[in-house]
Amino acid sequence: MFHKLFPNARVEDLVEATKETFYMTGVSVLGTFIFGIILGLLLYLTAKEGLWANKVLNFIVATIVNISRAIPFIILIFLLFPFTDWLMGTIRGPNAALPALIIGAAPFYGRMVEIALKEVDKGVIEAAKAMGAKTSTIIFKVLLPESMPALVSGLTVTAIALISYTAMAGVIGAGGLGDLAYMKGFQLWDFDVVFLSTVLIVIIVFIFQFIGDFISNKLDKR
Amino acid sequence: MISIKGLNKIFKSSSGDVTAVEDLNISIPKGEIFGVIGYSGAGKSTLIRLLNRLEEPTSGEVIIDDQDVTKLSTNKLREARQDIAMIFQHFNLLWSRTVRENIAFPLEIAKVSKQEREKRVDELIHLVGLSGREDAYPSQLSGGQKQRVGIARALANNPKVLLCDEATSALDPETTDSILDLLVDINEKLGLTIILITHEMHVIRKICHQVAVMEHGRVVEQGDVLDVFLHPQQPVTKRFVDQIMGDRDEEDALSTIVSQHDSGKVLRLHFVGEKTNQALISEIAKRFPVAVNILHGKITQTKKGAYGTLIVHIDGSSEAIQEAIHYIEETSVEVEVTSDVS
Repeated sequence: MFHKLFPNARVEDLVEATKETFYMTGVSVLGTFIFGIILGLLLYLTAKEGLWANKVLNFIVATIVNISRAIPFIILIFLLFPFTDWLMGTIRGPNAALPALIIGAAPFYGRMVEIALKEVDKGVIEAAKAMGAKTSTIIFKVLLPESMPALVSGLTVTAIALISYTAMAGVIGAGGLGDLAYMKGFQLWDFDVVFLSTVLIVIIVFIFQFIGDFISNKLDKR
Repeated sequence: MISIKGLNKIFKSSSGDVTAVEDLNISIPKGEIFGVIGYSGAGKSTLIRLLNRLEEPTSGEVIIDDQDVTKLSTNKLREARQDIAMIFQHFNLLWSRTVRENIAFPLEIAKVSKQEREKRVDELIHLVGLSGREDAYPSQLSGGQKQRVGIARALANNPKVLLCDEATSALDPETTDSILDLLVDINEKLGLTIILITHEMHVIRKICHQVAVMEHGRVVEQGDVLDVFLHPQQPVTKRFVDQIMGDRDEEDALSTIVSQHDSGKVLRLHFVGEKTNQALISEIAKRFPVAVNILHGKITQTKKGAYGTLIVHIDGSSEAIQEAIHYIEETSVEVEVTSDVS
């Protein structure tokens, strides 16, 4: 039945590609979360009237974020080839896609983190200051916990963008479902495989969305 | 003991400087409840934030227990802030933490061990009357309960001073009273000095020993609550006192009543810290051959006794009336003859 409908699809290939897509998305989401939080915190803290108000630093971070967000992802991959080669020792396969994925998504997520932090009640920060809290305490015990639901839903949106980035990275040989669809679809004209890859990617997106919404709701005690 | 000397705060902005607090001098004895009243924009919110340096003073001194807060380094200031607790109009609780975890927060900041934290939080929950709600999140609490959490959190590190920033302004009258009772209770039990700012005279009347009235960044009047009530000097103070005593329009109706009497006198009796005001009237009626008719009155209880005005019509022979007035003058009640009907 499966074979009749999708004559060119090989289950092993699909399973392998799905695994690679999950791997690339999972690792890059984690990396994006860490670097995005750092960027977002820097943007928030160095802003005017922030805890580390610093015009110069704020300008530098904002510029880096804006420039990297302006570069189209496919070009970013090419641009990073030397860096990727130096860092990962290869420019092919799922691992080689990771630097570009994280560098492409972290600034985007960083802006979302900044927005989430701006939503934290100023009064609560003032209360923590009045209790004698250090800036590090305010970051880890007030800012991040109080903005966690927004940080998680922002990460969900970013993760879904990352899934489509992995597909784009696939085109230049990173593996995953994007790679499979490109190889079979574009080069071999096997549209059944393209269709199956699409279905699998949509399912992955739904899974990430569901998990993200679930965690965000669970965390929100407002 | 807190003493504030020559305190100024000027906000610099592109559209010119704004003086929020100007040449403030206040001294507050240990264990007192000191109220600052003023309309919004009077500078009272800035004032209270200058005391723990949430706002940096432009000049002046804030001395709390022989320590000049304005001269402390950042690290020392953080330590000092553990002794200067604060509660807020909008409570400012962490919504992501339960009641118990919110109260534990300042203890975490002060690096108290987990075991001691648990013990202290239990005591505080009991003290502010939140037993049974310790695992609730702020969103599940009423305004009054949230402020109780705020108070418990403020008391966690056994502070010397409690700053209250419009602590009851977001609460309904009944809840306001219960929170005020709690503050008095804490003040008496723990000997804590409390500084509160408010725009409600009711709050001052109910719990404060001393009051300062602020307008345009300056203290325009200051003293014992009762004195300020009795002899308000500034127009702004008079308006605040009228908040409690009802405005003088009501007394216009008196002239109508007075005109209905064709003999006797109308007296205005001022009660100042008088504790036996009821007995006075019956005493007069018993001692002198006069009839006393209460026309209008408003007595309010302050921390230092009753304060208020009673307007009575007194009738009888003119000698008897004179004797009665003389008798009243010998008590602590002030008497004023408003109209002589006869």
